[in-house]
Amino acid sequence: MNCLKCEQKAVYDHLGLRLCKDHFLRYFEKKVADTIKKYDLISEGDKICVAASGGKDSLAVLYCTMLYCRKYKIEFFALAIDEGIKGYRDHTLDDLRAFCKEHDIRLHITSFKENHGSTLDDIREKAMKKLNKKPCTVCGILRRTDLNRAARKLEATKLVTGHNLDDESQSFMMNSLLGNMGHNASLGPITGLNLNEKFVPRVKPLYFVSEKETRLYTFLKGFKVNFAECPNIHLSYRSVIRDKLNELEERYPGTKNGMVNGFLEILPLLKEKYKGKKAFSYCEKCGDACSGKICNACRLESELIQ
Amino acid sequence: MKAFIERENKLLELEAKTGKELLDSLQINPATVLLVKNNEVILPEEKLSETDEVKILSVVSGG
Repeated sequence: MNCLKCEQKAVYDHLGLRLCKDHFLRYFEKKVADTIKKYDLISEGDKICVAASGGKDSLAVLYCTMLYCRKYKIEFFALAIDEGIKGYRDHTLDDLRAFCKEHDIRLHITSFKENHGSTLDDIREKAMKKLNKKPCTVCGILRRTDLNRAARKLEATKLVTGHNLDDESQSFMMNSLLGNMGHNASLGPITGLNLNEKFVPRVKPLYFVSEKETRLYTFLKGFKVNFAECPNIHLSYRSVIRDKLNELEERYPGTKNGMVNGFLEILPLLKEKYKGKKAFSYCEKCGDACSGKICNACRLESELIQ
Repeated sequence: MKAFIERENKLLELEAKTGKELLDSLQINPATVLLVKNNEVILPEEKLSETDEVKILSVVSGG
């Protein structure tokens, strides 16, 4: 089958849109740039920090952010967190270092070991046995905290993440099934509900592109992306939801798009309902904004590390 | 034909007339992979021959 826009062979076929390599690359980059503009994710005067891991989503978002920022002369850099997951993160970080060197992108790397005194591998068993917490929960809390703290220290005005259509539809479905509608109010192309000076706003330029489109983009661009799966992924609820959504997408193409577009229609109502509902204070230990006396990251540190 | 499954790091000898048939025989959801033949992405409808070597690349995030 050929591209709908030219006579070249199609490499992409979704919801009636068939594109060849060149037209797909243009389509992808335009979709990302349109998302940035529509939701004002990156503006003149911003200092952009791109959260990167070396995986396909982060390389795609880093590259597209680079194109956008260089076009509009906006300062940007990459930031990676080394959680300390042997045999996984060390490989993706090697890919990230090579990518940043090739494209002349400034890269900062910080680690759980440096920030919390312990790697994820070191606290994994204790988290499961002592706190009955999955490693992904612990990792998520510490990684979000470290990204925010490092971005703030580096004086970034926005934190770009590689969250895509799959991530968003999964989060919406997980929160909905668990009855956490307040958490859904924090989703959207710009993350967060109750913004404060300690929080660097998070933005998602890949919001409307799927994982499949992202992998296709990185493959066609020739980015070195080694498939590496986190050894803890099978323990997460997200992986169950991911598989279910992919089954639905195959049977009913457009499911993820429909879900996220539908979600965006109710998002303003959710924000209105939940904004300001949860009083926030500042953590007694680290000073970050939180909902209790100490933040989740400091609580985990005291329970698992100290 | 030969099929390399990236996620399992496995190389298999199989018979399949199309990419879709190949994925069906392996019980792999087409929404979760890219098919690559001779370093070029192909759509699942593409016909395959006995001498083809196809890579099945996973599109899901690793973490």
